[in-house]
Amino acid sequence: MIIKTHKDIPSSEITDKKVFNERRTLIKAMLVTAVGATMPSAWANNAKPNAWDLAKSDLSNTALTPTPIELVKNYTNYYEFTLNKEDSTKLAQNFIVDPWSLEISGEVEKAGTYHLEDILQLQTLEERIYRFRCVEAWSMVVPWVGFSLANLLKLAKPLSTAHFVKFTTIQQPETMPNQRNNVMLDWPYIEGLRIDEAMHPLTMLAVGMYGDALPKQNGAPLRLVVPWKYGFKSIKAIVKIELLKAPPLTTWNKSAPAEYGFYANVNPAVSHPRWSQNSERQLGSGFFTSRRQTELFNGYGEQVASLYQDMDLRHFF
Amino acid sequence: MNFQIKNPKLVTIAVCLIPMLWLFVDIAFDNLGSNPIQALHIRLGDWSLRFLCMTLAITPLQTMTKWRGMADYRQMFGLYAFFYATLHLLTYLAIDNNFEWSLIGTDIIESPYIWFGVVAYWVVFALAITSPKWVMKRMGKSWKKLHRLVYIGTMAAIIHYFWQLKGNLAEPLLYLIIIFFLLGFRVLAGLTSRQLNKMMIPKGHE
Repeated sequence: MIIKTHKDIPSSEITDKKVFNERRTLIKAMLVTAVGATMPSAWANNAKPNAWDLAKSDLSNTALTPTPIELVKNYTNYYEFTLNKEDSTKLAQNFIVDPWSLEISGEVEKAGTYHLEDILQLQTLEERIYRFRCVEAWSMVVPWVGFSLANLLKLAKPLSTAHFVKFTTIQQPETMPNQRNNVMLDWPYIEGLRIDEAMHPLTMLAVGMYGDALPKQNGAPLRLVVPWKYGFKSIKAIVKIELLKAPPLTTWNKSAPAEYGFYANVNPAVSHPRWSQNSERQLGSGFFTSRRQTELFNGYGEQVASLYQDMDLRHFF
Repeated sequence: MNFQIKNPKLVTIAVCLIPMLWLFVDIAFDNLGSNPIQALHIRLGDWSLRFLCMTLAITPLQTMTKWRGMADYRQMFGLYAFFYATLHLLTYLAIDNNFEWSLIGTDIIESPYIWFGVVAYWVVFALAITSPKWVMKRMGKSWKKLHRLVYIGTMAAIIHYFWQLKGNLAEPLLYLIIIFFLLGFRVLAGLTSRQLNKMMIPKGHE
């Protein structure tokens, strides 16, 4: 015996499929607007950038296998947050990357301060797989997303008096504990390049890695990547680029001039005063695998050796 | 509890192996982070240094508490320092460098921080092979002289530690402070009491 416990839903109460679908679209649109309102740029909360149409690059080492992303995300030298390599993953999450503006000034025709979004609109983002060699004798292979620094500098029209480029990291002591407490180095972090190094196509400004926005601990929203130099040259979270007549005093060079030079080119023949640079541990390689023989200019010699033709690399380390 | 009273030395021997087992667990569960080989190095080196500090703490502890018969523990901790230092060295040769002698040779020649590690290892090695009671008896007074090198070895190990770092010096500094206090204690106690020298010699050798 069938007992009817409730009435069928009258057809008048069933939502028409078309109306239903329209409502869904509306709700979706509202959600997108709401999300858009709180995260106007691609970098907020490490959201995946909506429309990254990445161009291929001839400068990419496509033969190299990228290091697993988790290793790259959890092994960073970001002294503004911590002196170890693991805790910045968590500590950097409060770091504010949005809004972000970049000042370009000094020996240029067109100095100015620009919103990062506006800068990016003028650039074609490329994916470039580079080997990254730390001065601490370890290395990794990272697919960066970004563009040649030269493409940005050209827009600012450097004057003939611009011989050097100085980069400055943001001063954000409210989120960076070691800036707040003046730990170890003079903040903000400063790096520099000679103008020809800065204009070299390999030198890039990165906004992402592994097809996604840069994680905060890896230098979001904008960092430098100079693949033939030790990693400390590749300054993170850049807010200022100045073109100068004279070389800037860079952070590590100032802190320990005998150990960290201005050039910091990867060179297995020039040891750090306390350790050899002859070989490197590749992140992601297993136990009982030998260290990798470090290459001059980190393997980019063909492209960059001419920049240093008549220089004594032992003296200009 | 009964077991502890009956066999405190056996228990200590077992407990001192825990860091190694812990390391095996971390290796098995891939818990050593992005650079596991370096993490392994540091862990083993750390434990060697910790055992050296414990070895050095025995005599001051004995002086303060008037306990006797702790020399066996001092020997045991010293041997464990040697044990972990040996694993540390083997990790470097086998796990990090896969016995590629040309890489190893260049690395040692070009890395002053490793020189201090080599000094520390030779000291610990020399102390370990002269640690049996019969060797001690045969060596007589020179045994004590030799074993005072433990301070040199420990200092070398600490320099070996912080000489390879770019940033975080907190941990090696902590060891430096510990050694400073332990050495300071020995010097002060030596000045105030000649008795201390007698206590340094284990039971049965007085």
